[in-house]
Amino acid sequence: MTVSYENSKAVFDGIKAAGIRSISALPETWLGLLLQRAEDDPEVDLIQVAKEEEAVGVAAGAYFAGEPHILLMQNHGFFAAMNGIISLAQLYSVPLCMLIAVRGHWGEPYPWHTRGGIVTEGLLQALNIPYHHARDPALVAKEIAEAYTLSQSSLSPVALLLTRDLMEV
Amino acid sequence: MRRADCLELIYPEIEDKLVVTIMGACAQELYDLGHRENFFYLQHAMGLASSIGLGLANHLPHEKVIVLDGDGSALMNLGTFTTLARYRPRNFLHIIFDNGSLLSTGGFESHTTSGVTDLAAIARGAGIEHAASVASPMAFGEAFVEALERDDLGVIVARVDAVGPDNYGMDFALPENAFRFKRCVQERRAATGWTPPTQPGHASSA
Repeated sequence: MTVSYENSKAVFDGIKAAGIRSISALPETWLGLLLQRAEDDPEVDLIQVAKEEEAVGVAAGAYFAGEPHILLMQNHGFFAAMNGIISLAQLYSVPLCMLIAVRGHWGEPYPWHTRGGIVTEGLLQALNIPYHHARDPALVAKEIAEAYTLSQSSLSPVALLLTRDLMEV
Repeated sequence: MRRADCLELIYPEIEDKLVVTIMGACAQELYDLGHRENFFYLQHAMGLASSIGLGLANHLPHEKVIVLDGDGSALMNLGTFTTLARYRPRNFLHIIFDNGSLLSTGGFESHTTSGVTDLAAIARGAGIEHAASVASPMAFGEAFVEALERDDLGVIVARVDAVGPDNYGMDFALPENAFRFKRCVQERRAATGWTPPTQPGHASSA
């Protein structure tokens, strides 16, 4: 299993097509090619954080500044960011558009990812975070734009889940 | 040295800057000096004030961003020093009031109480070139003026007493602070000739 070059490009192109030029991220395998593109693109402002909760603060700062922003993280990073999501984004009605690589679910060969994969949807539901699974590279640009639009109109965190079907070949 | 005295000392300088504070006593003491629309009080999510500051500074090079942090909050997000060092926003000043106490959450001693942990040394070790430690109002004032004039990422760790205000309260709800702060930031940005990007969906009818 390797990360899909074409589909990483489709996700990156979708982010740019949605008008987003500001990204915060914590790198992980599925996001690697995508982040490489972000780093190489002079139009894109990428901040790589040390822990995902920082990205919630960075995203809030970008939002206050009026800059469309997206967060890239793994589902385990979403867990690490949870207090920031609740006690900054949700408490203050700050929108977050999160693209979350969902490891540890259907087809997962690595035991260490599985517990997080199993609980991810339940946690999103517990936090009332709307989510959608992105599986098809032909649709992902539209799905990113829709996730961003809903985050802005609802002033809430929204999650687009990047699945194995999309990210691996 | 009391944090409230430090805030009073720098208030004339920061009242027109973008200021992000942590929760509790620090937020209240700044508010009590006089709220400004360019002040944002992060009343929870401990540790993230500096991350908000980074997001602001990164996109607003014409602004000076001042973060008023505390030892307890900084200890919850030590990674922020490494992220700040990596991106080095030159318009960012990170002031940490170190009272050695989790004052606003019950007054428990923090890890800096022992005198073993040195937050300025941690900031320097993370790669932040300018990190000062001060313990008197005079030294604090000097470090503040120097940091503003330097026009580079700076950290000031100010050792203060573990005391706070007697009364707490603000005359707006938390999201209202966020809405008004955002409006203020964007109006100031618009004054530089910048126009906000079109939000998806806004062009079509609802």
